[in-house]
Amino acid sequence: MSAAIVELDAVTVAYRERRALLDITLSIAAGERVALIGPNGAGKSTLLAVATGLLRPAEGRVRLTGEPVEGLDRLDVARRLAVVPGAANLPFATRVEEVVALGRLPHEDPFRGARPADRAAIAAAIERVGVGHLLGRDARELSLGERQLVLIALAVAQSAPVLILDEPTVHLDLRHQVGAMELLVDLNERDGTTIIAVLHDLALAAHFFPRLVLLDGGRIVADGSAAEVLTPDRIREVFGVDPSFVRLPVGAA
Amino acid sequence: MTTRGGTLTTARPRVGRLGSVRDRPVLLVGLGFVALLVALVLGVGVGSVTIDPADTIAILAHRFLGLDIPQTWTDATETIVVELRLPRILTAMLVGCALAVAGATFQGLLRNPLADPYVLGTASGAALGAAIAVLIPVRFVILEFGLIQGLAFIGALASITVVYKLSRNSGLAPLTSLLLTGYAVGSLLAAALAMAMYLSGAALRQIFTYLLGSFDAATWPRFLATLPIILIASIAIMLRARSLNGLLLGEQAAAHLGVDVRRERRILLALASLVTAAAVAISGLIGFVGLVVPHVVRLLVGPSARLVLPLSAIGGAALLAYADIIARLAGGIPVGVVTAILGAPFFLVILRRARTGYEV
Repeated sequence: MSAAIVELDAVTVAYRERRALLDITLSIAAGERVALIGPNGAGKSTLLAVATGLLRPAEGRVRLTGEPVEGLDRLDVARRLAVVPGAANLPFATRVEEVVALGRLPHEDPFRGARPADRAAIAAAIERVGVGHLLGRDARELSLGERQLVLIALAVAQSAPVLILDEPTVHLDLRHQVGAMELLVDLNERDGTTIIAVLHDLALAAHFFPRLVLLDGGRIVADGSAAEVLTPDRIREVFGVDPSFVRLPVGAA
Repeated sequence: MTTRGGTLTTARPRVGRLGSVRDRPVLLVGLGFVALLVALVLGVGVGSVTIDPADTIAILAHRFLGLDIPQTWTDATETIVVELRLPRILTAMLVGCALAVAGATFQGLLRNPLADPYVLGTASGAALGAAIAVLIPVRFVILEFGLIQGLAFIGALASITVVYKLSRNSGLAPLTSLLLTGYAVGSLLAAALAMAMYLSGAALRQIFTYLLGSFDAATWPRFLATLPIILIASIAIMLRARSLNGLLLGEQAAAHLGVDVRRERRILLALASLVTAAAVAISGLIGFVGLVVPHVVRLLVGPSARLVLPLSAIGGAALLAYADIIARLAGGIPVGVVTAILGAPFFLVILRRARTGYEV
């Protein structure tokens, strides 16, 4: 396995009284595909906020490609990590291709704007995510699922070595959920993009991700393959549901 | 995506009739400059003494391009053109450019289509400054400005500074806090202004004239004092187009796209306020331009600040130049009244024709 690309070292985050993350140590190597799972409020999104430098931990350290994240400015971070936006609450009518083009902002020349390389990356991302049929439409008129695909295309156009997604499948129908997962696998295996995704669907996580990190109450309670992490006891304990509700692919659990 | 086909959506791109120019911003820039040149000649010609466009062009070519043209006009005509009409029409263009750029910036920064250059209290601050200048008995000059212009400039900058500082101590989200603080401070200043006007007696008309906005007070020194402020700040804003583009998706997404949101917000707010303050100082409060021009430009070329800012600058300049020409033709009614009377129906037509799901 190659060098660590995202590292959290004894990270603790507290919001006022509540501890959101407790002594998290996590190392993700370049080229890995990791799903963060856990119940609501487990600290998954907080972990992403810390890893992307948006949130300064109370204790501990975060390193991206070996460099402390607090020493990097936002542009440095944006060239290393692409984060699929959680929502696109656009104030003005914006065409789909214009939304995807925003992914090139970290690479754009401040004077000349988009160059041919940027336009090529935008076209490639549109093609790869399969949103070509949406071109020309106002992104605000799209369904939530379509919008989600457009935002994934934006992050793909950003062409960073790490792609981070926070619940990328919530608004997608089953076909598009599987499609999105296959896209992530393809980006990971063909391009070597490191994928870190928060997922609620344990079956998708187990099927498409070789490494699962289970959080609960701000701590990492399990880290490993689906078979190692998603044991019936742990599902009962962490999610508080009967494990038979969770249908996992053969081989896991 | 690696799944089969993309037949989820059957609707083909619904591109508005306005969509045809969308991919040709250069054409719009060209049209804008032609409109500005025509406005320049018309603007110099229109007034109590009508000046022939040929004479206007000859005088301008003679004086500013150094062309050796035999003088077919009187010296009085040349004085009117060079000393009165030219600074006036250029001031109208400069102010229009400033208001439209500031409006586009505030709309993008606050992520609010209803924002205009005055949204954060600059207008009330400037108006109060102007009213104080009218009411106090002493006279002095600030930065080549008269006292009214000087205090209006200071009032605008002071009010936005107060709004920014106060907004930072609130527990609300930064944008909400800015807007609400701006509204509160603006209301307070407006009340103070109303009080000043109530007590002003004979000076009321002078204050009122300022509030309605006009270019009657335009002179070369005032134009030249404002020009660098507006020009430099506007260019500085345009060089930060990337930040405004990132903010289209929201502050968090902007941060992930490499925008240092807090820093950029502070800088853009300062620059747009400076531009607004300079504009209101020389022209008074002219509404509508800053709100509407950026929207019309967005309908034509999309929301990218890289296009919206320069095209708004040209569009705002043209709009105010023609509005001032019409105001003078109509016997000197306030130019702010013209922008609203002509601009509002035009904007409504544009909104009706836009097929791109435009909503505020």
